[in-house]
Amino acid sequence: MDADNIRRAVSRMSHEILEKNKGIGNVCIIGIRTRGAVLADRISQTIKEIEGKEVPVGILDITLYRDDLTMVASQPVVHETLINFDVTDKKIVLVDDVLFTGRTIRAALDAIIDFGRPANIQLAVLIDRGHRELPIRADYVGKNIPTFIDQNVHVVLEESDQKEDKVVIENKIV
Amino acid sequence: MEWTKHDLLDLHDLSRAELELILKTAKSFKEVSSREVKKVPALRGKTVVTLFFEPSTRTRVSFELAAKRLSADTLNIAASGSSLSKGETVLDTALNIEAMNVDAIIVRHFSSGVPSILAENLRSSVINAGDGCRAHPTQALLDMFTIQERFGRIEGLKVGIVGDILHSRVARSNIHGLTRMGASVTVCGPSTLMPIGIEKLGVNVNYNLDDVIQESDVIMLLRIQKERQQEKYLPSIREYAKVFGIRQQRLQKAKKRVLIMHPGPTNRGVELTADIADGEHSVILEQVTNGVAIRMAILYLLLGTKK
Amino acid sequence: MSLLIKNAKIVGPDKIALKAQNILIEKGMIKEITGEECPSNIKTIDARGCYVVPGFIDLHVHFREPGREDKETIETGSKAAVKGGFTTVLCMPNTTPVIDNKLIVEGIMKEARRVGLLNVIPVGAITKGQKGEELSDLFELKEAGCLAVSEDGATVQNSNLMRLAMDYCKMTGLFVMDHCQDGFLSQGGVMNEGYHSTVLGMKGDPGISETVVVARDIELSRYLNAPIHLVHMSLKRSMELIQQAKKQGIQVTAEACPHHFSLSDDMVASFNTSFKVNPPLRSKEDVSAIKKAIKDGVIDCISTDHAPHTREDKEQDFDHAPFGMIGLETALGVTVSELVLQDYLTWPQLVQRMSLKPAELLQLDNKGKIKEGFDADITIIDPEAEWEVRAEDFVSKSSNSPFIGRTLKSKVKYTIYGGKVVYQCYTKSIN
Repeated sequence: MDADNIRRAVSRMSHEILEKNKGIGNVCIIGIRTRGAVLADRISQTIKEIEGKEVPVGILDITLYRDDLTMVASQPVVHETLINFDVTDKKIVLVDDVLFTGRTIRAALDAIIDFGRPANIQLAVLIDRGHRELPIRADYVGKNIPTFIDQNVHVVLEESDQKEDKVVIENKIV
Repeated sequence: MEWTKHDLLDLHDLSRAELELILKTAKSFKEVSSREVKKVPALRGKTVVTLFFEPSTRTRVSFELAAKRLSADTLNIAASGSSLSKGETVLDTALNIEAMNVDAIIVRHFSSGVPSILAENLRSSVINAGDGCRAHPTQALLDMFTIQERFGRIEGLKVGIVGDILHSRVARSNIHGLTRMGASVTVCGPSTLMPIGIEKLGVNVNYNLDDVIQESDVIMLLRIQKERQQEKYLPSIREYAKVFGIRQQRLQKAKKRVLIMHPGPTNRGVELTADIADGEHSVILEQVTNGVAIRMAILYLLLGTKK
Repeated sequence: MSLLIKNAKIVGPDKIALKAQNILIEKGMIKEITGEECPSNIKTIDARGCYVVPGFIDLHVHFREPGREDKETIETGSKAAVKGGFTTVLCMPNTTPVIDNKLIVEGIMKEARRVGLLNVIPVGAITKGQKGEELSDLFELKEAGCLAVSEDGATVQNSNLMRLAMDYCKMTGLFVMDHCQDGFLSQGGVMNEGYHSTVLGMKGDPGISETVVVARDIELSRYLNAPIHLVHMSLKRSMELIQQAKKQGIQVTAEACPHHFSLSDDMVASFNTSFKVNPPLRSKEDVSAIKKAIKDGVIDCISTDHAPHTREDKEQDFDHAPFGMIGLETALGVTVSELVLQDYLTWPQLVQRMSLKPAELLQLDNKGKIKEGFDADITIIDPEAEWEVRAEDFVSKSSNSPFIGRTLKSKVKYTIYGGKVVYQCYTKSIN
């Protein structure tokens, strides 16, 4: 995917979010650090352009909820979580760049629920590459990309990577 | 920056990058502590033991709360006199606890070096919660965190540490940490309570409190331990309060944004007057709040490494 | 019973003999030293490649018996001593009960004779029970076999009492040894006061706790015209005071221990309680000054202050672990490695500091030299042997040595006491 494809996908997902939720009343967007947060910002920006209203955006760091913490060699760096609104009874749109095994989303769901009791949680991802290990599916998908399990999918976004937007699929170097 | 240390014994052992990582991590944990649900599952299934050979409520409770907020199981052992009187050595006691498969032992001991000896002999992570007059790393880290939060930096600040430097592990750890982070530290107190060669640690020595007040961005007061008075280091507590106690009138010459810190518990009327302890410059309660965040950060970082 | 030491390269107080000789021993005495052939029908030791020196005399050991036989006994201490090449030791009075009466002196001497490995001389306490209150019955102690008195670590704090003791011992002919330490200044100290105690947050024992008593003792000695021997000196400043006193003709003599000329206070940072000793390990500057003082003769002799402690006692935290380290088995190796190899001492000077001078101080007229008519107390040393100090190799009952893991040079091959081989080294050295 190149920058234009990504822009169009973000735009389409924004429209789908509006359509499904019948506007933005009660909707909040939470992006998962790092690239999910960038995408969350873009979606909220797009919605503002369409509807003329701000959607609250939060940033979630799921490190402390990972299920592999006891297995990693050294603890991953914890970043701040910034959610400046009450999630209770809100419709939460959770945003991430790539949906793969589903484990990150599981951690994010746990984290959000620790903040309160949302009315519902929806999931938006730029890429769905398959190979789920948990019963999780996305409500909004930018693009489905079939992959082999040993491939890597890199999403590059200008805000976080200081490079032009793109999605790259790499074979793992053995 | 990747964290590789398995134990926290003395800030002297840590690089500036490591100190910065701890402070940064603590910032995230402070946010966790401000939530409605103040608990994250990061250390689920881990067991953390506090082994205190010296009575202390504050530090122990702070560690315990930190461990609980990370979902670790906690166990508190006050060892003063219990097994020691039966002829068991400190190491025996610690090995016995470790045999129950614990992941971290937080130890406080009245003798310098005990946490280091334990760390050499145990598989568990050892966290020094204060040993003798040597080190109290988590106290210094929470002090540094508080300073950084208020000023946005530590580098270039002037910090005055006032009181019984000789017997203070808080002073020693702060000296190591603050100087490594680029602060300029001045120690101030009665000459009989100033340890020999302290200036070789990269600090200034000044016996005039008013000078120190005037130049400092942060004034850190140390507790005067009245029980030490048996050794007659001071003519009297009364005289100490007069010469080295902080009063409102003395603060008039201080910088506008000066921070007054104290590791607690304070002797009101000795190290500082009540109005200052409760006044606008005091961050004494914030230090306590930040202590939990710092200890969460330490537990999180250490328990991720393998020996 | 006769013994012949063949090919002996004898090290005397002045020189190393150029030619190997044969030493014939009969009835516990050195009968003949000759270049000629000797009878071949008697027990013979071939000392080729080794130095043959007069048996070492240690003015300062703790054998812990009676009272703390779990740390050391006269038997195990004797074995450690002969392994280190010593044939005479003075054991300090801080036993339980204290060596302050003739019954205990006789008891120790009887046990030492039963063990029979070397000459063990008890040192009497200056005051009854080491309490610093009233003088022990010093004449009686002398009669029973004490050649010397000392208050050991308790140091007579009362200067008047010390004056009386020195005066009385001068009359009695007892050798007075003083562990110089002002108890008020050193109170609670667990290591040298200085930069390292500041960093480690440990209570320091300031050097002045030693030097004020050194100065006092020198003044008492000058005033009373009585000899005084200062034990385990640890400071540069003490060396200056002693040197000055000696220049003025004051009858002061002094000893230093291997750990004080090889280890320094920065090593306490390991928190290994084997480094906890009294007087404490001092600064590097002090260590150099002691080495130089040994070279210059300001220090008269080298003693070990062999102080065994059980593992349980030493495994306590640094503040509570007892002071002391063992030293008999490593003394020669450390002295050679630190002083001979670093050109502070020649081998003849080593013999002076470890054999001749202590014999002279104790007026042991038949010891301290390899000479016809002298006692056959002889140590045979392989000067080139290198060996690693290992905890499991100590024959002392305790293994609280700070030298574990170090490689030392020179090893005792044989120790002969009264003409009898009391120790023989069977193990091979590293090279």
